[in-house]
Amino acid sequence: MSASTIAGFVGSGLVGLGLYALIVNPEPLKKLLAFNLIGSGVFLVFGLVARRGAVGAFLFDPVPQAMVITGIVVAFAASALAVALMLRLADESGCIALDPEGGTRLDDGAEDT
Amino acid sequence: MTLFDALDLALAAIVLGVAAWTIAAREMFSAVVGYVAYGLLLAIVWVRLYAPDVALTEASIGSGVTGVLLVAASTRLRRLPAPDAPPGAALKIAAALLSVLVTGVLATAVLYLPNPAASLAPEADRHLAATGLGNAVTAVLIAYRSFDTMLEKVVLVLAVVGVWSVAPERFWGGQPAPLGPAAPDAALVFLARILAPIGVVIGVQMFWVGADDPGGAFQGGAILAAMWIIVMMARLTEPPPIGSGWLRLALISGPAVFLLVGVAGPYMAGSFFGYPVGFAKPLILFVEAFMVLSIGVTLPLLVAGPPSREAGQ
Repeated sequence: MSASTIAGFVGSGLVGLGLYALIVNPEPLKKLLAFNLIGSGVFLVFGLVARRGAVGAFLFDPVPQAMVITGIVVAFAASALAVALMLRLADESGCIALDPEGGTRLDDGAEDT
Repeated sequence: MTLFDALDLALAAIVLGVAAWTIAAREMFSAVVGYVAYGLLLAIVWVRLYAPDVALTEASIGSGVTGVLLVAASTRLRRLPAPDAPPGAALKIAAALLSVLVTGVLATAVLYLPNPAASLAPEADRHLAATGLGNAVTAVLIAYRSFDTMLEKVVLVLAVVGVWSVAPERFWGGQPAPLGPAAPDAALVFLARILAPIGVVIGVQMFWVGADDPGGAFQGGAILAAMWIIVMMARLTEPPPIGSGWLRLALISGPAVFLLVGVAGPYMAGSFFGYPVGFAKPLILFVEAFMVLSIGVTLPLLVAGPPSREAGQ
């Protein structure tokens, strides 16, 4: 089995691990981590596609690689936006649940709106 | 089984193991530290896929800058109680089954990818000489798919606008919260003083060699961004007020210069986003230089978050 096929399997495994954590973990920040795991798994599978596109002196197909590079940068930008929304939600609601009504509250909920 | 096969399998096991540990860790801080280690290991996998450009991006942005973002977020969320709604066993089993199914389908797809594989490498190679570049990935980013890359830079600016818009209205135009504690560790201050000047040189170098060798605007810009972040964490400088004119100019300079060169394309080369023959490389480096500046400013602003105090406080 070649190094690139192994990388493809690692990518598949990462998507599964991330998906499980995304569903099971109630903390928003851990959901974000899990989502990034899924993302890097998808990138790895795409990296395998780039490696299989090797022709002649080219050891890889540069087009999928360039798309993965932009993908990593956009994934970071989306994560930063998610973190900003999460922190604001925590500031407003006093807890770190996605659904403030269902989570533990810091105050007694008297100023609930 | 050769030595390299064994090392590849061991690397795969370590990457998956660290990923599993990251999602299993109870403490958010431990999970984030695990995630940073995972990103660095993943960069080695990218090297094994003959993708050094992606490896550099993954190590600097996917692992480094994302790590700082998540550490800062976990520190701010630490004082709050965790939600007390652990999922039931039924949901866990269902999620596990779904995950195994998705992984199985993906792994099968990996085994049955079309043979011979589709590839744009010959096309990329055929026109590489016309761009004057030696690195085909940079050629794809800045020449062949230049419009996509320009729009991706616009997405980064939109993300900054999105992060800023989360701020309470009274702080609009103000400063984001400091990235470090009021009295930062002396070792961190020393590191920031020593590392930042060297890092800036390495970042510019990585952008410059990216024309012919692994590297480029994204990787170089990310290293510049990391240097600014370290200096801000050591409190040697503060996050700038978001109302600052030069800051906003630097932020949009990348996509703006890229767009201007693209719009000038019909007059210079006869097509939208075209480069004139014989003058492609200088123009590409010109566009990339502003992209480096723009990325070096955008990433730290995304890490710093929305303004949380009035300017100068």
